[in-house]
Formats: sequence, C-alpha cells, structure tokens
Amino acid sequence: MGKLIVSLSPHAHGTDSVERNMYGVIIALMPALLVSFYFFGLGSVIVCLTSVVACVFFEWAINKYILKSERNTILDGSAALTGLLLGMNLPSNLPIWIILIGALFAIGVAKMTFGGLGHNIFNPALVGRCALLVAFPAQMTSWPLPGQWFQYTDAETGATPLALMQEAVKSGNMDVLAQLPDAVSLLLADVSLNGGAGTIGEVCDLALIAGLIFMLWRKIITWHIPVSVIGTVFVLSELLHLSNPIYADPVVVILSGGLMLGAIFMATDYVTSPMTPKGQIIYGVSIGVLTIVIRNWGAYPEGMSFAILIMNAFTPLINNYVKPKRFGEVAK
Amino acid sequence: MNIRTFRIGGIHPDENKLTHEAVTQVAALPKQAIFPLSQHIGAPAKPVVQKGDKVKVGTMIAEAGGFVSAPIFSSVSGTVFKIDTAIDATGYRKPVIIINVEGDEWEESIDRSDKLETVEAHPELTPEEIVTRIKDAGVVGMGGACFPTFIKLTPPPTAKAECVIINAVECEPYITADFRLMMEHADEILVGLELLMMGAKVTTGYIGIETNKMPGIELLTQKCAEKFGGSEYTVEVVPLKQRYPQGGEKQLVDAVIQRQVPAPPAIPVNVGAIVQNVGTAFAVYQAVMKHKPLFERYTTVTGKKLKNPGNFLVRMGTPMLELIDACGGMPEGDNKLLAGGPMMGKALTSTEVPICKGTNSVTIISDEEARRKEPQPCIRCAKCVGACPMGLEPYLLAKLSEVKNWERAESEDIVSCIECGSCQFTCPAHRPLLDNIRQGKSTVMGIIRNRNAKK
Repeated sequence: MGKLIVSLSPHAHGTDSVERNMYGVIIALMPALLVSFYFFGLGSVIVCLTSVVACVFFEWAINKYILKSERNTILDGSAALTGLLLGMNLPSNLPIWIILIGALFAIGVAKMTFGGLGHNIFNPALVGRCALLVAFPAQMTSWPLPGQWFQYTDAETGATPLALMQEAVKSGNMDVLAQLPDAVSLLLADVSLNGGAGTIGEVCDLALIAGLIFMLWRKIITWHIPVSVIGTVFVLSELLHLSNPIYADPVVVILSGGLMLGAIFMATDYVTSPMTPKGQIIYGVSIGVLTIVIRNWGAYPEGMSFAILIMNAFTPLINNYVKPKRFGEVAK
Repeated sequence: MNIRTFRIGGIHPDENKLTHEAVTQVAALPKQAIFPLSQHIGAPAKPVVQKGDKVKVGTMIAEAGGFVSAPIFSSVSGTVFKIDTAIDATGYRKPVIIINVEGDEWEESIDRSDKLETVEAHPELTPEEIVTRIKDAGVVGMGGACFPTFIKLTPPPTAKAECVIINAVECEPYITADFRLMMEHADEILVGLELLMMGAKVTTGYIGIETNKMPGIELLTQKCAEKFGGSEYTVEVVPLKQRYPQGGEKQLVDAVIQRQVPAPPAIPVNVGAIVQNVGTAFAVYQAVMKHKPLFERYTTVTGKKLKNPGNFLVRMGTPMLELIDACGGMPEGDNKLLAGGPMMGKALTSTEVPICKGTNSVTIISDEEARRKEPQPCIRCAKCVGACPMGLEPYLLAKLSEVKNWERAESEDIVSCIECGSCQFTCPAHRPLLDNIRQGKSTVMGIIRNRNAKK
C-alpha cells in the first residue's frame, strides 16, 4: 500500500483555472480580431502581433532578469491577453517602436511594478494606451479608414464618429451629425460608409457582443459590469439627445468608439474591478457617467479609457465599503 | 414539480454517486471494535466498564459526560480488552474503549424483529417519553455534525419550533448511504419523523431531497400521502435543485421554508425549524420503538479506484480497513482516505480509524485527484464571492487570516463561515482559501470566548 495523503477539506476542486479564464477571454476576442484583420488588413496584424509578442517578452524578461523569480508567469495567459487588448486599443497605422513603448508601459509600469498578476491597481492595457495617447497625441489620434488591406503606416486616415459627435456639441451645429454612420452599419462595420475609422478592436460591435455572450456562457465574467456601463451611457445620451439634438442618437452613441470594447473587455478585467455584484454595478454606472462627461465636454473625443482608469482607482474603496448581502440579513 | 433551492451562492461538484444502485450489505463483525469516547459535539462520554468486563450488543459502555454529550453503547458482544487511546478521525490520539469480539449476543431489551411499529400501537408515548428515550439511546445527528438529538428537540424558551425538516439532501459527492436508507426503510423513517414531530410538539414536517434522487422523492411522496393523509400532520416532500451545500442546515432551512437563520449564535429553531438527518430519523425510530440504542449505521464505502464500492450496514467501532477490504482492498499507489465526502470529509492518517456515529462515508480519493495543485496569485475574479453560500467574501477573509488582522476578520463575519469549501473548490488560482479562513475563524472564536468570559 502507498502513502496516505493528508490535507484539509475540500478534497475536490472544480475544473476552473487561471489559464482557462485568461485564454477564454483571448478566445472571446477572436471574432473582433479576425474582423479587424478583414477591415484593417496588414496594419492590424502588425500592431496586434507586435503588442502581444512585446508584452509576453517584457513579462518574461522582467521575471527573469529583474525579479529573478524561479517561476515564470508568461504561460498563464495574462501577458498575452494584455498585449492583445493593448493592440486592439491602438490605431492600425501605429509604428512598431511606439507599440513597444506602450507594451513596456503596460507590463513594466502598470503590472510588474505592482507585483505582477493580481496586484496591479490599474488595467495594464489601458495604462499602455493612455501613456501613448499623452506622449504621442498625433499618432494616437490618426485613424486609418477601414478597407485598406496592404497599407500600414501609409494608410489613409479619417475622422471617427466620436470626433464628429464632439464637434457637434462644441460648435452647437447638428449638421455634422448627418455624417455619422447609422446603427446597422456600426453594428456590422459597413466600410462603405465613412465612419468606421477607430481603433483596431472597435470596428465591429457585433463581434464584440459575440465575445460577451461567449464569456457569459463560460462564466468567465458576469453581466453586471458590461450591462451597467452600456445601460448608463444609453440612458444618459438618450436624455441629452431629447434635451438638445446636437447630442447624437443614443443607439449610435453606444455603438460608436471604444464603448463596447471597453465595457465588455476592459472594464471587466478581474484584477481592477470590484469583487461584489453591487460594487460592480456602482463601478459600471460610474464608468458610464464619466464616459458621457468626457466624450461630450472633455478634451478628448473618447472617454472610455480614462473613465475606466479613474474607476480602477476607486475599486479598493468600493471593495472596502460595498459588502455582499450576508446570509440571514434577508428579512425572513 | 415545484423545485426549490437556497438563495445565496452554491456550486455544482461532480456527483460521483458510484453506489446509488448498490443494495445495502450487512458488514461482517470486526474482530476487535474500537469506541472513541468523543463521537459527538460536546463533552466526551465517561466509561462505565472496566478491563475484563463482559458486554453484549447494546450494553452501555460509557455514559454522557455532561448536558451536551451522549452515551456510547457497545455494538458487539465480548470482553473489554482495554481502555486506551487510539488515533481517531481528528488525527490525534483520543481515549477509546477497545472490545474483543466474542459471538453476537444482544441485550434482551432490544426488539430485533422487522415488524413495523406505529405510534398508534404505543399510547404510552408522550413527547417527554420520546425525548428521554432518544437521549438514553445516545442518538446524535447522523449527517456528520453529531449534535445530540434530544437537545435539538427541546429548544431554548426564547425560540418556538414550528416544523421538523428531514435532511435527505445528501449533497456531498460520492455518498449514497442516506439514499439507500430511504429506499430500504421509508416506513421506519416516516415513523421516526412522526416521533420527532411529537417530541418537538409540532404538526408540520418537510423532507428535503435533491432531484438527483428521483426514486426517493417518488417513494417518500407516495408513502407520506398514505401515512399522513387525513391525519393531524402535514408532511411535504420538497424536491430540491441539485446544488452544494444544500445539506448544510442553514441552506436547507432557506431552501425548504425560505427563512434565513441569522448569524451565530442563532440556530435554525430561531426561525422555527428543527433539522434532522434522515439517518437520525431512522435511529429515532429504532431507539423509541425497538429500544435499540445507536450502535450501527448506514455507511458508503466508495472511491473511483475501489474494486467493489458499496453501501453497508455497519457496527460502529469497526475499523475502516475491514470495510475497505470487503470492497476489494486499498487501491494501489498513494491515496487519500476520507471520513465523509470530498467536500467536507476529514483526511485520515490511519486505516484503523473506526466507524463512528457520524461516519456517513469512507471515501478513497486516488492518485492525482488526491493532490492539490500549486496555488497561483489571487486574480480577484470574485468567483469565491459568488460561490459563498453565506454571503461572505472568502478572498478577503483568507487574506485577513493570513495577515492576522483578527479585528477586521471578526467585523467581516468570519465566524459565519460554515467551512463548506465552495470557495476553494471554485478558486481558479487553486488558493487554499478555506485553510486560512478556518484558522482565522477558530482564532477569532477564541478571542470572542475570552472576551465573553471576562464580562
């Protein structure tokens, strides 16, 4: 007879793992990624590939040469996921050297400095993106138009729907809004219309929603964050639209820019979002409010990234004060 | 069919009910029987026999050691070999009485016939008489917690019992002893329920069964209609959605009557419910109607690598190895031997540990399954918060215990943890959440006890 193994209960474990969740999110991003290859061609492939490879490399190098840790964490999938999300939050004509700086910020500054997976306060991909946005505003706000397969840094650029919306608000001239694509072409990413310009990941909302459904089905995330973010933006922009038509139609608003990408994939980042359903709703609603404020009255046409980063900072506070309903607290 | 369940958290572990169809076998008598004096919650029993004494099956060998305690009866006839210590399910050496088995001679007061006794035929049974017989027979909760049954039937004056809930959930993976018992002794269980209701002076009863035991639901529904239809009692069989830890007392009360027991020190009877395991109901029937003290029980012996897993009617004090040998012996290689199921069972350090009042299963987990995976950093996915059936935040309680922040752990309700293990089962990072919480909980409970003692 062999040994008797002794440990405390439970002696059974579910099939869930860190890897299953990380690679699950990567799988959920695949429809949006493939669609972006189709619309942005070579540029999209170069940007995403560079970002993933750079993020994984930086995590490996920091583990090995700076932290000198025996166990390298690059196989858990989190670095590759950060890389993919960073890439999908960039324009498809961004030069490689800028992407490398973004990846170094994401992994080096936002993630590994805080202690690696699970310890970072801010979403690493968004820190990378926002650092680039501040450092390279020109390159980070030139958006190639979809449908240019073989152009990379030489792609023709155009205005994003969000820029048009902010222009309408700032000038008080609602005629600009006539150039906005309609909801169906935003959902399906119809390139025949001038308006599909934007980051790599936000080109097709339908593909992002498919990813959301996959993650809900696999129980990787719950509905609380995406629904509260999108719902809040919808309700607020409906109110603005009713008060004054210089504010765009709410359906177009929720389908434009990085809202879907942010609500589904960035705000739901495990590490930087609250731990209780109630807290997640507070967090989601706040992101929605901040997004509307920044988009309409801020300096940047897109407010999603900043809104999420700001709320990342409030997550520990939310965790501290918002508690789940304890058993027995429910009135009998 | 109106299927109910509890309202917070819960998980779905693999069932692995390998022995659902295995008809109960009578286990062979052991050569030597070992009786730990601490087989229940409360004070250990005090021996009333000495080395060399002759005992029969059903002879009391140790009396209750206090109010919260229970007497222990010999399950075998023979000679007291010695009063010593031996390793029990806790892994420590504890006082035991060891009896060398000779023949199988029973106390004459025990009715060994199979005839079904009904309450109608025994007008002498008053509530007090029932509670006394249950107490004197050493009956304790047989689902694993082993709380003396008579105490549950006499609630404190501040609480009023409204119903008896029979726990036939058996939500632990692998275990099938309760299911076999209800299939094989449904009539006796219902008489046991009637006695429990009489003892608690209530007329409402429920039997909670998960829907993975449909034959049990059908059989008991039919028997209940036959037995209680038109009587003063209202008894309902409640089908429950399969979900762990539904067999937890608080979760079961919530599932069956939609009331939540407040945080400790509140107990189920504070919301009107007295919960008794289906095995306890059977033991109550035998104690009251057959004058048979608690010395044998239904136990599942199971494991994926075991040759012939099965269900056994086994005399307490039988070393586990004898049951395992009856199932084809210990599987090759390293194993984990559990008293109980994989979620809450205790891993044992010896195969000589005897079957006790609360041993509902001997479960053998083999090879890879027996080993834990290496923990990774917490990714703050919040799945433990979603799984916790008590509405706690396991990630936080585990962290607070790790850093020994007992004040905060107390204010975050660590003592409400029922140690069901749902958080650790769910954790994608394989973190030892419950290990830490358990340690924190016991420290905080100690702090609270000291504080109350000083007052």
